[in-house]
Amino acid sequence: MNEFLPQFLQQLINGLSLGSIYALIAIGYTMVYGIIGMINFAHGEVFMIGAYVGLVTLTAIGAAAGLPVWLLVVIAVLVSVLVTSAYGWAIERVAYRPLRGSPRLVPLISAIGMSIFLQNYVHLAQGSRDMPMPDLITGYLFQHEFANGFTVSMSNSRALIIFVAIALMVALTLYIGRSRMGRACRACSQDMGMANLLGIDTNRVISFTFVLGAALAAVGGVLIGLSVGKINPFIGFVVGVKAFTAAVLGGIGSIPGAMLGGALLGITETFASAYLPTEYKDVVAFSLLVLILLFRPTGLLGRPDVEKV
Amino acid sequence: MAEPMLQVENVHTFYGKIEALKGVSLEVNRGEIVTLIGANGAGKTTLLMTLCGTPRAASGHIRFEGRDITQLPTHEIMRDGIAVSPEGRRIFPGLTVLENLQMGGFFADKAQIEEDVERVFSLFPRLRERHSQRAGTMSGGEQQMLAIGRALMMRPRLLLLDEPSLGLAPLIIAQIFQIVEEIRAEGVTVFLVEQNAHRALALADRGYVIENGSIVLADSGQALLANADVRKAYLGG
Ligand SMILES: Nc1ncnc2c1ncn2[C@@H]1O[C@H](COP(=O)(O)OP(=O)(O)O)[C@@H](O)[C@H]1O
Ligand SMILES: [Mg+2]
Repeated sequence: MNEFLPQFLQQLINGLSLGSIYALIAIGYTMVYGIIGMINFAHGEVFMIGAYVGLVTLTAIGAAAGLPVWLLVVIAVLVSVLVTSAYGWAIERVAYRPLRGSPRLVPLISAIGMSIFLQNYVHLAQGSRDMPMPDLITGYLFQHEFANGFTVSMSNSRALIIFVAIALMVALTLYIGRSRMGRACRACSQDMGMANLLGIDTNRVISFTFVLGAALAAVGGVLIGLSVGKINPFIGFVVGVKAFTAAVLGGIGSIPGAMLGGALLGITETFASAYLPTEYKDVVAFSLLVLILLFRPTGLLGRPDVEKV
Repeated sequence: MAEPMLQVENVHTFYGKIEALKGVSLEVNRGEIVTLIGANGAGKTTLLMTLCGTPRAASGHIRFEGRDITQLPTHEIMRDGIAVSPEGRRIFPGLTVLENLQMGGFFADKAQIEEDVERVFSLFPRLRERHSQRAGTMSGGEQQMLAIGRALMMRPRLLLLDEPSLGLAPLIIAQIFQIVEEIRAEGVTVFLVEQNAHRALALADRGYVIENGSIVLADSGQALLANADVRKAYLGG
């Protein structure tokens, strides 16, 4: 027995947890694209704000309050989801809705502007340096030592990320597939004007997708913050670009595509940095993107016209 | 005489600088089937969609059941008694047949949706057979039935139909026109836009002829069928 198997398993675990975060954020990109055909470039910043709201909430409660860890985490996530959703809603109202109907480039510029604005706003309010997140989730779900001395482990924080992400994605899939509002989202992504002719206030459906995307990004933000242990105002840019890549990889507009793309990108990136010099990990990840788009221009699960959400 | 259900008064509609409707006036009374015929590009679809608020009338008035709806947002117009089966049908291709119908009943409760789906299925048995099929995979005739069924799910008092016969086989067309008659018999008022002038005029109580964005003739369906100008222009002599 060599070191291959334990290494492989370990990287798979790491990649899956990173990929889960990408997937959660990619869903926000893909849903907004599916419904109004624009890339919400500020979505990475929404994720970053989610992480900060979680941090601020934890700081405000204080570790001294004596609450159990699980309750602290739940409160931080819930507060972040609420506040960050409000940001998602407001971004659409302020920066995109007034530009509806203008040429495609216009809302894109507005999105980039919004992204820069939010980054600087958090930068000014919280400073640009790394802020430590309290080390709440400690310990390991399992650690297994192989006969040759190599250990495979899954920390509780990684396990939580994977578990929560999968649970949310299952819930989202059921919601979009079965609920009345989910059906409206799908209908709007296929023919918004027709949905309007059925008496549906399509602006509310659009707002809803922004809120939903922001809520998922907020969960991702808090969890990755707790897992990595520090956050800064610039994490939104890097993670945003990655999640956007994941959405395109999976087929922009497709929710299962975003999930698959996220997982694939996370795993590829982790394996690349394990077996190659770290600087290559993004090269490998983006090469994968280019390669897949060469053979499948609509992404892995993307279909050009039908079923965009 | 009682006030008309739908009253269109001197409506002008523009696409940019192009004036597509040049002061259109017409009326539809409760319980009638009224048809609007005209050549391709005459402005039929524009008029029908202007009733729905998209595009919006630049001037003039549209009154439905006495209420001025000219400036209401589209979703408010469509939520209160008017439904449309638009040009090109516009069914949701990725949704199943049943889901398309459920979209039409978006504001109804569960029991009402069930009841109305049943009613649509009995009007269009084909849709029942295909209820779990993706709508985009159906034939043109089936899609047209679905578009009308979806509109009926809104329990309209006024049903707007834009060229329901376009591109369909004669047998299917006959079926659809018969169902329009049935729908009216159930108490729904129908405003029917058609290029298939012969059938439309034969079915309708009254008809209007539109040319170049203006109404040029208005009469009973029978009279228009007999009218020499109409025969020459729209009925092939
Ligand atoms: N979206 C649009 N933009 C610009 N012009 C349009 C648009 N839709 C229709 N038109 C023009 O308005 C006129 C009336 O069109 P339309 O109402 O579709 O006619 P019809 O339904 O009778 O065939 C035509 O000259 C057509 O070219
Ligand atoms: Mg037309």
